[in-house]
Amino acid sequence: MTEDNGALHFHYDVDGNNFTSAGEASVQVKRMLRQMGYHPDLIRRISVAMYEGEINMVIHAKGGDADVYVTPDCVTVVLKDVGPGIKDVNLAMQEGYSTAPDNIRSLGFGAGMGLPNMKRYSDELKIDSVVGVGTTIEMKFRSA
Amino acid sequence: MTIREIAERINAAVYAEPDQIDEEMTGAFGSDMMSDVLAFAENRDVLLTGLLNPQIVRTAHMQDMRCIIIVRGKTATEEIKRLAAENHIALLETQLTMYEASGKLYEGGLGR
Repeated sequence: MTEDNGALHFHYDVDGNNFTSAGEASVQVKRMLRQMGYHPDLIRRISVAMYEGEINMVIHAKGGDADVYVTPDCVTVVLKDVGPGIKDVNLAMQEGYSTAPDNIRSLGFGAGMGLPNMKRYSDELKIDSVVGVGTTIEMKFRSA
Repeated sequence: MTIREIAERINAAVYAEPDQIDEEMTGAFGSDMMSDVLAFAENRDVLLTGLLNPQIVRTAHMQDMRCIIIVRGKTATEEIKRLAAENHIALLETQLTMYEASGKLYEGGLGR
């Protein structure tokens, strides 16, 4: 944990080689926000959205970095990977659209709900993606 | 409906701490697709699923669910049991299909 422009900053490495451990960063963030006393509904929105993002990074991008910035009225989650990038962001935002391989579907994911869920649960979603370079997703969650 | 009553209704094996089994459950959601659980299972306490991997526990945990029912006679792995216990999520196993288990619980008033 570091302090960054008045926000508490937490960094997590998302391991892309292990589907079993996917979601561990979200579990830690959930635990931390509970300890800080945030409202349960806010915590649920943040942890579900971050978990979807984490799963995406493991499925598509061999992992990456998760950074969480916490202030009393806003939590920002930044997920950065150096994966293949998203070819058509508008298409990826449609419910049901998925490029996940079949083996991921047999694990219970890849229904094309990841990005739509991130949008649904966050107050602000920014996607910065370049094919062949990587994807950065920034989500903001306001406590009021 | 408490976890104890749920287990009786669907004849389930229970892995839970004694303090969990009398907790009151108000709603349930059934799916093998965890993405759909994350999308549609807000404010439900119970997850019915036939999927068997640790992500069922993480998904339930993220959605603040407190009970997972594994259907179709499948057996939870040690890792699933460990993760569930760690996160204070009760784990049930039933021989019934998801359709049958859901029907019995709905009929009994869970989520109605």
